[in-house]
Amino acid sequence: MAEFSLPANSKVKPGKTIRSAGPDAKRTRKFRIYRYDPDSGENPREDTYEIDLDKCGPMILDALIHIKNDVDSTLTFRRSCREGICGSCAMNIDGRNTLACLKAIGDVKGDVKIYPLPHQPVVKDLVPDLNQNYAQLASIKPWLQTQSTAPSRERLQSPEEREKLDGLYECILCFCCTTSCPSYWWNGDRYLGPAVLLQAYRFIADSRDEMTGERLDALEDPFRLYRCHTIMNCTQTCPKGLNPAKAIAEIKKMMAERAA
Amino acid sequence: MANPTNSFRTPLGRARGLGSAKLGAQHWLAYRIASAGLAVLTVLFVALVLGLIGASYEEVVATFKKPYPVILTILFLGATFHHAAYGLQEVFEDYLHGKLSKLAAIGLTKAAALVLFLLASFAVLKIAFGA
Repeated sequence: MAEFSLPANSKVKPGKTIRSAGPDAKRTRKFRIYRYDPDSGENPREDTYEIDLDKCGPMILDALIHIKNDVDSTLTFRRSCREGICGSCAMNIDGRNTLACLKAIGDVKGDVKIYPLPHQPVVKDLVPDLNQNYAQLASIKPWLQTQSTAPSRERLQSPEEREKLDGLYECILCFCCTTSCPSYWWNGDRYLGPAVLLQAYRFIADSRDEMTGERLDALEDPFRLYRCHTIMNCTQTCPKGLNPAKAIAEIKKMMAERAA
Repeated sequence: MANPTNSFRTPLGRARGLGSAKLGAQHWLAYRIASAGLAVLTVLFVALVLGLIGASYEEVVATFKKPYPVILTILFLGATFHHAAYGLQEVFEDYLHGKLSKLAAIGLTKAAALVLFLLASFAVLKIAFGA
């Protein structure tokens, strides 16, 4: 039946408070960060770090790197490009899934609450286990598939056909959208989620792909596709400003088109 | 959910699961057609009922002996129970995770919707064709 609260071993307990900002610091800010160490056998906790904003850059990721380098080296998080293209630093900041590198500290009012992406198994601290998401992505075969003999030159596409991929190819697979989706929270083992469905549509919409029907066949399922109820958390949270809800709606329209 | 500790099955094996049910498009389409129909039928049915406010028993019975009110009411009942059954099925699919409880809930809802529709329609037809 429905569960209304976290299991006892998942309840977040209050953690330690570390003030690294000196007494002469002019701009300080408290960062309340989710901490979980699987080896300790303890519940997750929320540690508070009060840092001097003049000692780090303007973005949340800059603050996290400052904390890890200068305050507490045990803090664990993923990051790579620090410019919103790799998708590694996706986390829940101030109640919304986004990329730490694209979110300015100044955009958050009050204490900055940082949690891992919701409803995923946590490996440690801010690092979620995304194996299921990657497997679901692989299951929709996110590559061009054709039946005709390979041409001796590039596969051509008109500018109009290419335009159909705008708003789809930019996805960086950070899974902010998927992990913000209540349908994915409740049925993530079977529902593919917005990120994977947007990728599926990226290949369905590609004029060069010849397996559109097979792709639609593979998606036509009460759980894989139709758990989407157009809640639109995905579109609201996407740090790249994409619209996965629209991509899913386009897939549903194509399903209806071939059924009716 | 994502990593059952007692399984060595690969994540891709789990994601591919039992494959696609090749179902859902008809359900999605029918659910929307019924809601669009219901939007019109509800207005017409409410207008019909509002028109009968203050009418005597005989006048109401006489109204439900004419074809338009009877057909409108039965269509309205059909769309309502269809929409309710399909909507509840979505709710159960979302929130019930036991295989048997989900199947039982969906089956019972559809059966109940059908029985209620037949009972309600029978009542309307009894007035329409009764003495």
